[in-house]
Amino acid sequence: MSRPRGRAPLIRVRRAFGAIVEGEALVSREGFSPRYDLDRWTGVISRPGHALEGHNLKDKVLITPSAKGGIAAGWAFYDIKHKGIAPKAFVFGVTNPVMVQGAVFAGITITEGWSRDPYAWIRTGDIVRVDPLKKTLELIETRR
Amino acid sequence: MQLTPDEKKMLRGDQGAAVKEALELQIEVGKFFGAKRLVPVSNVHMMGDIEVMGDSGKAFLGRMSEAGARCVVPTTTNARCIDFDYVEKLKQDPDEAAKERQLIAYLQKMDVVTADTCINYQTLYQPHMGERVAWGDTGTVIYANSVFGARSNFESGPAALAAGITGRVAEYGFQLDAHRKGTLQVNVKADLTDFADWGALGKLVGEAHQNYYAVPVFNGIRQRPTADQLKHLGASLASYGSMGMFHMIGVTPEAPTLKAAFGGAKPAAVVTITNRDVERVYAGYSAKNNPLNLVVFSGPQQSLFEMKNLARLLGGKKIKPGSHLFVTTSNGVKSAARALGYLAAIEAAGGIVLEGVCFYILQNIGTLRVQNGWSNLVTNSAKLANIIGAHKFNTLLRRTDDCVRIALTGEEA
Repeated sequence: MSRPRGRAPLIRVRRAFGAIVEGEALVSREGFSPRYDLDRWTGVISRPGHALEGHNLKDKVLITPSAKGGIAAGWAFYDIKHKGIAPKAFVFGVTNPVMVQGAVFAGITITEGWSRDPYAWIRTGDIVRVDPLKKTLELIETRR
Repeated sequence: MQLTPDEKKMLRGDQGAAVKEALELQIEVGKFFGAKRLVPVSNVHMMGDIEVMGDSGKAFLGRMSEAGARCVVPTTTNARCIDFDYVEKLKQDPDEAAKERQLIAYLQKMDVVTADTCINYQTLYQPHMGERVAWGDTGTVIYANSVFGARSNFESGPAALAAGITGRVAEYGFQLDAHRKGTLQVNVKADLTDFADWGALGKLVGEAHQNYYAVPVFNGIRQRPTADQLKHLGASLASYGSMGMFHMIGVTPEAPTLKAAFGGAKPAAVVTITNRDVERVYAGYSAKNNPLNLVVFSGPQQSLFEMKNLARLLGGKKIKPGSHLFVTTSNGVKSAARALGYLAAIEAAGGIVLEGVCFYILQNIGTLRVQNGWSNLVTNSAKLANIIGAHKFNTLLRRTDDCVRIALTGEEA
């Protein structure tokens, strides 16, 4: 799918927590669970058949439509943060309290909801900026 | 967020560093969800074991207990990853078992009651209508909201511990009236006899409408469901749909009528579930030509009545040589089952009854699978059938009688 023409618009997020971060986008059309999908020792998305199978989460900005999984995910973000394999931010379409509690506890930037479809504009490998204070997601540089 | 004078003092550190840190975490989460205030809770249930939290989580608990953190409301623990009587038999890692013991000591120092059960709502505490609690795992939350009319969000381990320490939660999600109304109508025309049927209903509705804030309203249920049936339904909805609440007309307290359940609003969707739909769920599972040598009753832990039923089905029989049958329950239920002879009947048949654990978070479960040559896992729990796939099991949801028959013969009927 080709990108729309023109300058990428600023995407507004509905809710946000954390520091301003800039990093490489990792874009998934599939929901994400740090328990079901992730190898919590390497940071690689390991579940066979996941849309991002084989990609490493470390220092990325994960853009994903939804949260999966239960209560145990709340400890998992803190765990991967301390192992040095956490992403810079989670950008969720829809999330649940466990993901938010987990991200706040770990000090990882997290947002929920978007004013326009990020999939039209942002691809894996692009550089994006997440600003929780302004509640924005911005495309900084497209992948070559 | 509006804070009371007491909360302002807590935030200033007047009650120590641990209270301050716990409240800060809660306020940030509350701000994210637009909460206007904190509200008191009367009971907390938390998930905390070495498999889910790892070394960093354990270090956090050690630091909090050293900093003087103490739970100010009754706080209990969810199922964990180790039954210490079975560490050797299950070839679990002794180092991890030692960490688990230390972690339990940290929790107990913080006045946490390490009851290690995911059926606290059947065995430990039954909140009343409107009572605010802070519970996790998800099965406990959906039961509290739906069946008791109590109020809880999904509270992860660190968030629940924070609630225990401050005695509060931020008021958002299911703490608010606005999120407790039905969004989706489910007309039930299925018979729902076995626990697995109730789980299948949860899978059908949950999978198709995944959303924390989706609240299905079950209409037309032809029977008075038991606590165990509602347990299997709730656990399944929460697992497949990430849902935290349901209504059942004439059964659950906030749903005397359809109108009351929806708060006068129109459902976003209306679906009908028939016997054929339920049968289709079962037909969706296959042994894929691998042996049926593992049967598990877990996720949630078994109640005393479920134990009695398993004892009846297994009494005087033997599971097939080379096959395994696991049951998980709480210490309280296992003790009662022992006194009543149910445990002896299950164990004499070759069943292994673990206490204080859930099968899917067992420490070393992946290695256990490989060592025993397990590929298929047969269960009557739709929740377990969903989540154990993360450990590369192929699962088959089957009715309780069928599960037992498979354990005895290694064959499907």
